[in-house]
Amino acid sequence: MTNKQLPVDGKGLLNNPQHRAIFFQILALALVVFFAFYFANNMFDNIESRGITTGFSFLNNTAGFGISQTLIPYDDGTSTFLDVFIVGLLNTLLVSVLGIIFASIIGLLLGVARLSSNFLMSKLALVYIETFRNIPILLQILFWYNVVLAALPSPRQSFVYLDSVFLNNRGLLLPEPILQSGSGAVIISFVLAIVAVIYLVRWSRQRHNDTGQEFPIFKVSIALLLLAPTLVYFIAGQPITAEYPVLKGFNFNGGLTIIPELLALLFALSIYTATYIAEAVRAGIEAVPKGQKEAAKSLGLKDYVILTKVVLPQALRVIIPPVINQFLNLTKNSSLATAIGYPELVTLFSGTTLNQVGQAIEIILMTMAVYLTFSILISLLLNWVNAKMAIKGR
Amino acid sequence: MKVTKLALLFGLTAAVPTLSHAGTLEDVMKEGVLKCGVSTGIPGFSAADSNGEWKGLDVDFCKSVASAVLGDASKVKYFPLTAKERFTALQSGEIDVLARATTWTATRDASLGLNFAGVNYYDGQGFLVSKSIGVNSAKELDGATFCIQAGTTTELNLTDYFKANGMEYKAVTYDTSGQTIDGFKKGRCDAVTSDRSQLAGLRIKLDDPKSAILLPETISKEPLGPVVRQGDDAWFNVIRWTMFATIEAEELGVSSSNVDEMLKSSINPGIKRLLGATGKTGEDLGLKNDWAYQIVKQVGNYAESYDLNVGKDSPIQIERSLNKLWNQGGIMYPMPIR
Repeated sequence: MTNKQLPVDGKGLLNNPQHRAIFFQILALALVVFFAFYFANNMFDNIESRGITTGFSFLNNTAGFGISQTLIPYDDGTSTFLDVFIVGLLNTLLVSVLGIIFASIIGLLLGVARLSSNFLMSKLALVYIETFRNIPILLQILFWYNVVLAALPSPRQSFVYLDSVFLNNRGLLLPEPILQSGSGAVIISFVLAIVAVIYLVRWSRQRHNDTGQEFPIFKVSIALLLLAPTLVYFIAGQPITAEYPVLKGFNFNGGLTIIPELLALLFALSIYTATYIAEAVRAGIEAVPKGQKEAAKSLGLKDYVILTKVVLPQALRVIIPPVINQFLNLTKNSSLATAIGYPELVTLFSGTTLNQVGQAIEIILMTMAVYLTFSILISLLLNWVNAKMAIKGR
Repeated sequence: MKVTKLALLFGLTAAVPTLSHAGTLEDVMKEGVLKCGVSTGIPGFSAADSNGEWKGLDVDFCKSVASAVLGDASKVKYFPLTAKERFTALQSGEIDVLARATTWTATRDASLGLNFAGVNYYDGQGFLVSKSIGVNSAKELDGATFCIQAGTTTELNLTDYFKANGMEYKAVTYDTSGQTIDGFKKGRCDAVTSDRSQLAGLRIKLDDPKSAILLPETISKEPLGPVVRQGDDAWFNVIRWTMFATIEAEELGVSSSNVDEMLKSSINPGIKRLLGATGKTGEDLGLKNDWAYQIVKQVGNYAESYDLNVGKDSPIQIERSLNKLWNQGGIMYPMPIR
């Protein structure tokens, strides 16, 4: 762009500033490509001369080790390293998604509490935020893991709730739903109920905008979501049963187990990330001009309505970008689970698998590619949200 | 003009040879220090004591190599490595030799670009359980939860053993042996499984060692030995023969206390050859002729090292059984030094 301001004397090819600029850019690019190629080549030469196996064929080999939490069917005798990769990926996603949900809820509540006019509430929130934000996350993970293990009893002395939920140092054991034939109808009815609720919400909002009439949307939605599947459940002859955990030998068998590593990691990540989200929420709310709140107050709106209808919609524009960044941080921090043995991607794949196979470069590259993909997806999401939330001129 | 300069630049960079190694033996001699990969703390094999000094069977092996190559057992730099870091550290050249209770397997030997120089401890996998669960045999462990260290052959053997016996288990996998025993202490698992020697070492770390027992079953063969990079035969020979020299010294009855006397007065040709009074095995290996003398003088023979670190003079007290000399009922068999 600056080229246009310079007098172009056009004396030959070499003196033309535009040509020069292009030339140097091509030169820079060529150098980058050359060095990348050079280093890669050097690496492969060295690997070959040391007789280390290369390539991705190891993914089809049998892994042969046990994993404490698998979301897909995994057999330690026959599953391959590719299965291990997927198990690790899903475990990372599980703890990240759950962590994001909990951190958002805690963070939002804390951020609002921090701005509360109630002295005790705002100071408590302040203490919480300053404490947990300033302790390294790795320490917190280790702390919660030790607390979880120290506080929970052995399987034989489990905390029991209604003879179906057990809590001990092997984890939280829940009844597992077993789907039998006919259960499809129950699930379909539940999905239909959700769709109906979405339409109902839209309809009632439209009606409210048009006529000002209120509709008891909350109660009706809950009723719809609960009643429809329950009715179908009984009509179809109770097709969903539960498998209860049973104490057999020295451990529980059956049911769903939430392992203590997951509990500790989830706890630490949610509590830590929530502090940053709380600060983002506070910053966003404080960014809304005071006049907006005063105007709303002078119209006689209730505090709750001011928060949800006036302040938050404007604050979200400021809140969302840093919060999404925190989601990304949480996902990356989940790799610290390697310290407590939660089987996520880094522990399983670039830990155990790397050692069993020994192909460091391929395995680390695959692991990095996963986190890079997460990051790029989240930043794409961020751009989309930003575009959506931008102030639209009318 | 510009173009020629550019071509020159590219030509020069391309002509720089890929990083070439003179050979580990020369490197170690030039630097005057041996970089030895050890564990992050396996009592008896490699663990730092309260003064921060490394002690153990594997540590003694590092010292033996330093004595043979540099003539000084203290010229060792120790690199504590977790099970999963060890091979990468060796492959990348960060360490010269790995002496970290590492099991010799076909896959590791063939695909990692590494060579196992021999076996300095014959081990097998066992189970450590808490007395309170009342189990006396591994066959009663159906459904149990195990604490394991990541990236070990142990993980794989456990699967094999339980499959073969039609039993089920749950695994909790930790990074270091410290974390593993910690998980066991806190009751996260019913049993720890690892090499028997390691379990014996970890057991004495428990608050009350008597509260846990080692089950009688040995479910695998775990030949442990030093590892070097593939394709460096001179260095491989030095490591292999250092190991044999310590065992040969025991067989010939040469120990750190009598080595000087033996060198002066022994008429046994085998001892004379070992200590470098006759022959030139040391020179053939690229070392000084008194290489084995230095090992025995400064570190001691295999029996001394064993007794002090894992055997009768140590807190762990492991029977020598398989690790006895071949002529005393074990399978420790040094190749002849001549």
